[in-house]
Amino acid sequence: MSKENKRRKLPETRLAPSRFRNTIGKYTIKRSSSCTSCGLCAELCPYGVHPRYKNFGRPLRPVEHKCIGFACRSNDYYCIDRCPEQALTLRLNPVLETLGDYRWTAEMLLAHWEMAETGQLPVVGLEYDLGNSGGGFDKIRFQHPQPDAYLDIDDADIDMSIELNKRGDGRPRRSISIPCYGGGMSYGSMALSALVGRAKAAKALDTLTCTGEGGYPQEFVPYADYVITQVATGLFGVREETILYTPVVEFKYAQGAKPGLGGHLLGDKVTPEVAAMRETVVGSSLFSPFPFHSVYSVEDHKKHVDWVKEINPDVLVSVKVSTPTDVDMVAVGSYYAGAHIVHIDGSYGGTGAAPDIAKKNIAMPIEYAIPKVHQFLKEEGVRDEICLIASGGIRNAMDVAKAIALGADGAVIGTAEIVALECVRCGNCESGRGCARGIASTDEELGHMISEDYAAQRIVNMYMAWRKQWCALLRELGMRSIKELVGRSDLLVHLDYLEETERAGYKPAPQQHVII
Amino acid sequence: MPKKFHIHTRETAPRFHPVGKYATVEFRENCAGSCRMCVKKKCVYNIFTENVLHMSAMQEPEYLYTCMSCFRCIQECTKGIFSRTINPDYRSLGDDYWRSDILHRLWYQAHMGKIPVSGAGYRGPFVATGFDSMWTDMSEIVRPTRDGIHGREYINTCFELSRRVPTLKFNEDMSLASSVPSILEVPIPLLFQPPADLIATDSVLLAAAKAAQTIGTLMFIDAGDYTEALAPYAQHLIPRLTVDNYKDHRALTGQSPAVELADAPGVENVLADLRGRHPEKTLLVGMPVDARAADRSLALAQADVDSLHFTADNHGKEVGSDNPRFLKEMIREIHLKLVEQSLRQKINLVFAGGIAMAEHVAKAVICGADGVAIDTILLVALECRLCYRCTKGLSCPVALDEEFDTDWAAQRIVNLVGAWHSQLIEVMGAMGIREVRRLRGEVGRSMWFEDLEREHFGPIFGERKVAGLGVS
Repeated sequence: MSKENKRRKLPETRLAPSRFRNTIGKYTIKRSSSCTSCGLCAELCPYGVHPRYKNFGRPLRPVEHKCIGFACRSNDYYCIDRCPEQALTLRLNPVLETLGDYRWTAEMLLAHWEMAETGQLPVVGLEYDLGNSGGGFDKIRFQHPQPDAYLDIDDADIDMSIELNKRGDGRPRRSISIPCYGGGMSYGSMALSALVGRAKAAKALDTLTCTGEGGYPQEFVPYADYVITQVATGLFGVREETILYTPVVEFKYAQGAKPGLGGHLLGDKVTPEVAAMRETVVGSSLFSPFPFHSVYSVEDHKKHVDWVKEINPDVLVSVKVSTPTDVDMVAVGSYYAGAHIVHIDGSYGGTGAAPDIAKKNIAMPIEYAIPKVHQFLKEEGVRDEICLIASGGIRNAMDVAKAIALGADGAVIGTAEIVALECVRCGNCESGRGCARGIASTDEELGHMISEDYAAQRIVNMYMAWRKQWCALLRELGMRSIKELVGRSDLLVHLDYLEETERAGYKPAPQQHVII
Repeated sequence: MPKKFHIHTRETAPRFHPVGKYATVEFRENCAGSCRMCVKKKCVYNIFTENVLHMSAMQEPEYLYTCMSCFRCIQECTKGIFSRTINPDYRSLGDDYWRSDILHRLWYQAHMGKIPVSGAGYRGPFVATGFDSMWTDMSEIVRPTRDGIHGREYINTCFELSRRVPTLKFNEDMSLASSVPSILEVPIPLLFQPPADLIATDSVLLAAAKAAQTIGTLMFIDAGDYTEALAPYAQHLIPRLTVDNYKDHRALTGQSPAVELADAPGVENVLADLRGRHPEKTLLVGMPVDARAADRSLALAQADVDSLHFTADNHGKEVGSDNPRFLKEMIREIHLKLVEQSLRQKINLVFAGGIAMAEHVAKAVICGADGVAIDTILLVALECRLCYRCTKGLSCPVALDEEFDTDWAAQRIVNLVGAWHSQLIEVMGAMGIREVRRLRGEVGRSMWFEDLEREHFGPIFGERKVAGLGVS
């Protein structure tokens, strides 16, 4: 085993239950008044759907999200059949039709909540690898692997780390232990505890998270080695010390969900603390302009990069751009300007607030941009010297793996981390008091619904569940490191490019009609 | 500095509750009665607060319309008595093309006059039919035209309906030899056109005409629908005439800056006649978007016409075809045919039918239109639910068949167009395009599904075996 492949200590997964008393499951179980509280169901159920305390004899509300539903029928512990009073009824949860959308289906949300709670892959039959969007990742599959390729090794022996600095320019060789790091979310758009929780999780996972464009709260300092400082067009909260704290500076030129438009923090969210951090006026909307008014060419960009490198001799530079037709040229330009990481952000990515017209219509989905950039960098002969990171519409572990096989080194994850904190994707992050679930809100009440430990543990749990999926995939492909997967698009198939007979061998793309 | 074009929007509440997406379901019998932790009191959006008043007034409860879907009442009720469902009325709203979410967004824009903004990423399908299989492009490589958010107020959205002069000719003393026709410029690439089959009462027409005047755009109107009440707005009307009746409406023709004739045999002669009588007027010919449209536009471009006005069906489909093509393809066909024959510069093209979202305006222009005309939208701005009851002679659920306050209605239309104008500027800013006239036919500022698949997936996956978009 190579030195690089040495076992890393994996962070601990611990149960991090939902903040809400009634969880949402795929199935609902109702207990009628004929229940005599005999306790048989509690004894039978191995999943803990029927909780019962020793010194409390009354029946409790079933923990519905643990129930595996009709798949349990054949088991001799199927509570519905075994209940002597026939007091239990099981059905699909009708509330699911009001949850989720084409990209993040209700089942994908439920599964990620479960992963975040337990750190394990869900036991309940949920489709969490594929969304309902009918294209892109949802139609791409890994080919059926060769059975003799299978490697019988332990999860801990599989290397998930990726290198961020491949230039060999004398700057630190930084690697992160999972092929993902956290996307930029600004102080101001998000509850502080959620942000610090993300930083804490990044430390536990030995990866990174990003400040977004909102300044660098003091609470980040203990995790400074795991926090990327974002320098975006409004330059909010960018100071010399925040460049000095950080291992990586990210220049955000554009955001996939609203490319070409800049950022916009609505006045409601500009509280005194946020205003102080950003050095602005309380209650007044904040615009990040587009583009950087000091950057109108690659040379201008290089000047930016050089400044930052000069200020902090150990910092790595990441350049975040969106995905227009010429994204490949931009990537190469960034490389020659001295960037270590090119981060391309696809158009279907998340945001705290963006015009609907921008989210859907400007720039290309990330699935197209990754092979485009990967190929172009290869042709230029610089692919091995740059770390290509993809984001924007990468929802789950398999999306990450597919993005890597298409040519990325790793992915940046935003929405999934928020989903781990029990986001329901209602999309009201920006209005009034902000997120009703206390994630994307700085409201004096709503902004305190989350504890740092809860946030950190849920995110760690989710990534550890994802790691299991990646490990299972790499084992099947006979790989010991996620780095071997980079650019292996020969391992992928796209359903629309297969003959009908071949296509039948793969899981079809879900095509439900969703009301959005 | 020249005066900037701005559409003044003003919050204008609907008269009826808009159909909401969610309906909250309570199983009251399980309620503990007074657990003192009732989630209804804690609702972040206060949707239950006024509920008692609604109940006592025998109205429908407000939470049918205002639930924001945060799931907190469902998840926090001590007895778990809440559930939620999709409002059945929302489910049956509109049709396949005019989906409920589109109507919802349009109502919001007519109400607030603002761009719809939301959090979380895009929620829809990867690709879909019609305009949803193309993306507009933006450039990371900055162009000189690109001034982002601070330059947006300088983005020009004007287009012309009047005749174009291909090249100017000069006399020996350098005085102008060509005659320059009067210019009919519209500040946004958006005209109005009353919907063909839906309600078009005097109130609706008057409201639309008022809005057209406020914004500075023009409205097509069938000569037969013209009433005296519309006279003050005649400068913003384009009467639609036929070769048979054009002589009967001289008074109206005299007042309006432009006249449209329905395409028919002999239309060229009538055009010549009208040109002789009113050399200063802009002349348009209207026709359906059908298989003949491209050839007819070639023929007409050589006649004395200034603009062509095509109307697809309400879903943006080709008219009179068993296998209809979508407006996007039809615009390309007509535009490219004219380009090939070097006639495109001579005339302006306006397309109507199926323009349902702000992005459709930008995309239609990219395909090759000079401007679009909106029809159904005019009613949707006035709360129309597209239930099509009016087409069956039944009453309108939002009372558009009765007389209503046309100032209120005009403001709703102004709001909606204002929001669209802002969105057009947003996407143009992102594209680095400073004039809507330069966006016309500029497919280089767009990306198409077929091309993206072929260029980026082709080298990896080979040949595509599924025809079309691969979505049902």
